[in-house]
Amino acid sequence: MSSLQTDMQDYKDLLSKYLETKDEAILYQAEQFSKQSIQQNISPDEIVNVHYQALKDIYPDLHEQIEGSFKFLIETMISYGLAYQEHQVLREKQIELKSEIGVAANMQNTLLKTSVPKTNAIDIGVKSVPAKEMNGDYHHFIKDEQGNVGVAIADVIGKGIPAAFCMSMIKFAMESFSENQIYPQWILDSLNRVVNKNVEQGMFVTMFYGLYDVYTHQFYYASAGHEPCFILRNETKEFEEIDAKGLLLGVESAVKYEQLNTSVFEGDLIVLLTDGVTECRVDGRFIEQEEVLNIIKEHEHLNSQEIVDHVFKYFERLQDFQLRDDFTLVVMKRNTSLSV
Amino acid sequence: MKETVSSVAIKKEWDIVGARQAGRQLSQELGFGSVDQARIATAISELARNIYLYAKEGEITFEELYDLPKVGLKIVAKDKGPGINDLSAVMQDGYSTSGGLGAGLPGVKRLMDEFDLVSDGEGTKVTTIKWARL
Repeated sequence: MSSLQTDMQDYKDLLSKYLETKDEAILYQAEQFSKQSIQQNISPDEIVNVHYQALKDIYPDLHEQIEGSFKFLIETMISYGLAYQEHQVLREKQIELKSEIGVAANMQNTLLKTSVPKTNAIDIGVKSVPAKEMNGDYHHFIKDEQGNVGVAIADVIGKGIPAAFCMSMIKFAMESFSENQIYPQWILDSLNRVVNKNVEQGMFVTMFYGLYDVYTHQFYYASAGHEPCFILRNETKEFEEIDAKGLLLGVESAVKYEQLNTSVFEGDLIVLLTDGVTECRVDGRFIEQEEVLNIIKEHEHLNSQEIVDHVFKYFERLQDFQLRDDFTLVVMKRNTSLSV
Repeated sequence: MKETVSSVAIKKEWDIVGARQAGRQLSQELGFGSVDQARIATAISELARNIYLYAKEGEITFEELYDLPKVGLKIVAKDKGPGINDLSAVMQDGYSTSGGLGAGLPGVKRLMDEFDLVSDGEGTKVTTIKWARL
């Protein structure tokens, strides 16, 4: 109470000085007063009352009609005061929620952590950035006992927290598979059953799964309704689309996925991405896929991590540093015999 | 300790004004300042409107409290309406009553110093007190 009383006195002094001098400096102090009042959670009806009381002190013979009008004004301000207080409470709740989501996002990062395998055969680069706090994209690497590299890239249709839950489930399902069963077709068949059984209808997952055989340099792949991926051939400097037929994960219980393979030659560059990369919108238009591929081609002489970092920086800038969709890009480059 | 009790029946919308009037008069007599008077009146409006909208009929009872050096006004809103199913939902901010613009029961709780709510199949009783800062 005492602080309101001092404020009251301050307000009265300010008001009477202002009425005498009409000085801008005092108006500036009034602005400071209102900021201070907001900090102390003083509601608008309270301020109107402070004004009324101050006016009565400065002009003891205040006209009865004026007094009445202030009572009228206070009455109309009460609901604003309530709305203000409610707003404060909701704001605090929002801050609380935000910090909880921050904790969840951190946890998701820990849960979904995957390390990029080191191997002499290929050089791998990856960049995955969520549009909001929780990432609905997912990528995962596996290295089997022989040193072959499995790579998964996935996108949950739907964003935010539900998508994040779904991703954690997929990750743990994948971890439970034995290291000797990393053929794309087998993985997608199995994951499809898991998603179909455990996820509510209406949530679907697209996934592209690839296995790089480091001995034969064959790349085996299968796709569950995912974006086509690409290989930039070193010899021709042309991109080849790599895509396989397959339903999204979770749509039907028994699906057999198609598995294809292609030979990877020295200097060839495999590109795996999510639609956040190819469907990033700028000024209402979708970026052409070619634009993405061109950027990759421009930087193909760099190492894989530098390539993905460049592509991300380019799109981040293009979208005014505000991603509309989760962005995940994986680049795998077969080392040339010279660079090994 | 002197206590007087008076009450206003709520049957039609106009009775809301009557209840406000009675509450304001009492709060003036008890020495509440102009903002507190306005707050009490707003709280009474909310309570009376809830009765009028959801129970059709009920009453608002006023009691002057002298717990010297404190004086206060106790307001009890009672009806025999259908009752409130989910009390904690009703007490949450943002749960709209009176067409979404009302301050609702959380508003009443904020406007007053003490607040209690009992509701079952027999009806609803809201008890609330404002103490005067003399």
